[in-house]
Amino acid sequence: MAAAGERSARELSPLVSAKALVKRFGEVEAVRGIDVEVFKGEAFGFLGPNGAGKSSAMRMVGCVSPRSDGDLRVLDMDPQIDGPSIRARLGVVPQEDNLDTELSIRQNLQVYGRYFGLSRAHVRAKATELMEFAQLTERADDEVDTLSGGMKRRLTIARSLVNDPDLLLLDEPTTGLDPQARHLLWDRLFRLKQLGVTLLITTHYMDEAEQLCDRLVIMDNGRIVAEGSPPELIASYSTREVLELRFAPGESGDVASTVDGLADRVEVLPDRVLLYTENGEAALSATHARGVQPLSCLVRRSTLEDVFLRLTGRTLVD
Amino acid sequence: MAANTEVTGTARSRSVTLRILPPGLYAGRASKVLERSLLVSRKMWLVFVSGIVEPAVYLLAFQIGFGRLVTEVVGPGGEVMSYAAFVASALMVASAMNGAVYDATFNVFFKIRHARTYEGMLATPVGPVDIAMGEVSWSMLRGGLYAVAFLAIMTLLGLSGSPWVVLLVPVALLVAFTFAALGMACVTFIRTVSQFDYIQLAVMPLFLFSATFYPLSVYPEPLRPVVQLSPLYHGVELARQLSVGVVDPALLGHVGYLAALAALGLWVTSRRLAGLLLR
Ligand SMILES: Nc1ncnc2c1ncn2[C@@H]1O[C@H](COP(=O)(O)OP(=O)(O)OP(=O)(O)O)[C@@H](O)[C@H]1O
Ligand SMILES: [Mg+2]
Repeated sequence: MAAAGERSARELSPLVSAKALVKRFGEVEAVRGIDVEVFKGEAFGFLGPNGAGKSSAMRMVGCVSPRSDGDLRVLDMDPQIDGPSIRARLGVVPQEDNLDTELSIRQNLQVYGRYFGLSRAHVRAKATELMEFAQLTERADDEVDTLSGGMKRRLTIARSLVNDPDLLLLDEPTTGLDPQARHLLWDRLFRLKQLGVTLLITTHYMDEAEQLCDRLVIMDNGRIVAEGSPPELIASYSTREVLELRFAPGESGDVASTVDGLADRVEVLPDRVLLYTENGEAALSATHARGVQPLSCLVRRSTLEDVFLRLTGRTLVD
Repeated sequence: MAANTEVTGTARSRSVTLRILPPGLYAGRASKVLERSLLVSRKMWLVFVSGIVEPAVYLLAFQIGFGRLVTEVVGPGGEVMSYAAFVASALMVASAMNGAVYDATFNVFFKIRHARTYEGMLATPVGPVDIAMGEVSWSMLRGGLYAVAFLAIMTLLGLSGSPWVVLLVPVALLVAFTFAALGMACVTFIRTVSQFDYIQLAVMPLFLFSATFYPLSVYPEPLRPVVQLSPLYHGVELARQLSVGVVDPALLGHVGYLAALAALGLWVTSRRLAGLLLR
């Protein structure tokens, strides 16, 4: 009985736990005191614009960047002391590929496996399996430099799986991939999740965050500005629907006063006016009734982008 | 998971090292870094050939030219030996130095500044100390290989008098290891390719003024301690003494000096790699 209780308690203890975590680069404070807990089997996201501090946070979790302040535990160990033991159980996809350009594709996977102390026979079989996974089998003996950007990305992702990690850190995994490859990767990540692999993902694509993440934090300027599941965040920071009215640049400002009161909230951007409302169609008829004549209009569901806009007053991707 | 078990498996052997090194910088995986270099080197046979041809040409030049002009010198044990043999053992050590420095500088610079090779490694259990030891070991093997080839040519030309010359192989390995460690430490400070000239600027006088071409006694008295600072000098003395079978306690001093510098080089390299890449 006691053992069973202990086990469930262990499963509940977070794989990553950060408290008031800070990262400074000289004067620059890249991460300004974040609290994060990631549990086993979760897909957890960091969503934020350029320079928000996502990569800095990921590198601290990956034990390749010492923390400047605060507490951090990964897999129940301290990165400052147990770096190698932690990294042995991590898979890392860095923001910028760092494949070994002096080795072939197959060798990249095999040699990487050897860094984890895996046997030759094991890495040989694993490399074959992972090349299949990344759809690079035909290119097995080619040089890395002959691959396209997207292929390199797929190889980097395959490489991160060579040690069957418990926790996978993906820093903007789909940047540079075409839509087809992105969806394929999402599918693969989803399958890994079902196998019990915990995922930590950074992205500035809201659709990616919505697709992949059970829970996420929105980061801006080194701080966490909101936390929750995608539907929760939308429910608490946005409305169900959004009416987007497009205007010629500069003209949107004049409309703001006209549409006043037609929606829960109105957001004025240089080329657009966004009306946050439960019923977009109704708001659309009402704006027409007031004589507003946009270039085009669109009723859509709220996304994380709207949450971000609400919280920071800025759009996520310019 | 297989990866986990091996980490705990090596834990005991690591504990000694951990006392001297900061935690988390060493994972006992230097051999895997070396393995990578061996794999890459299969494509670089041309570099090996050139590395062996160069010192061989030197040797021939000495055998044919200087060997005729200066026929004999007083060797380490006080016995007279041929000048060509006197210089040959020193040149062998110098070729070990050149091979090691070349490898530990150009190749390492490329990996640190351009290829991000080490960043990839550092995301695995491999730490900066593993990288430093693995890379320096590789440079040592390469420098050692040049030296062995050199020794073979020496023997062919009849310049290796005593059977003691087999001991020159470990000497060459030690010299190569030391220079690789020092060279790699220096390279971590280099930012642009043009700064490689500084390394050349350091290696050239070492080559010429480490009692390579004439014994220490030829230098003016006040200069001798300066010459004795040169790691190559200690390598040359080791090689020259062993080549004629003179074994005395001074050998230990030379080995100690080289080993201390090697340790210093490894320490600086590890620290610098951590500072550059683990920010
Ligand atoms: N090695 C470094 N040295 C100095 N400053 C750094 C370093 N790395 C990051 N920074 C700074 O820290 C801040 C956060 O950078 P970080 O890379 O973590 O952002 P990010 O959220 O990953 O952005 P992006 O979406 O562009 O990848 C930036 O202001 C950046 O300039
Ligand atoms: Mg980033």
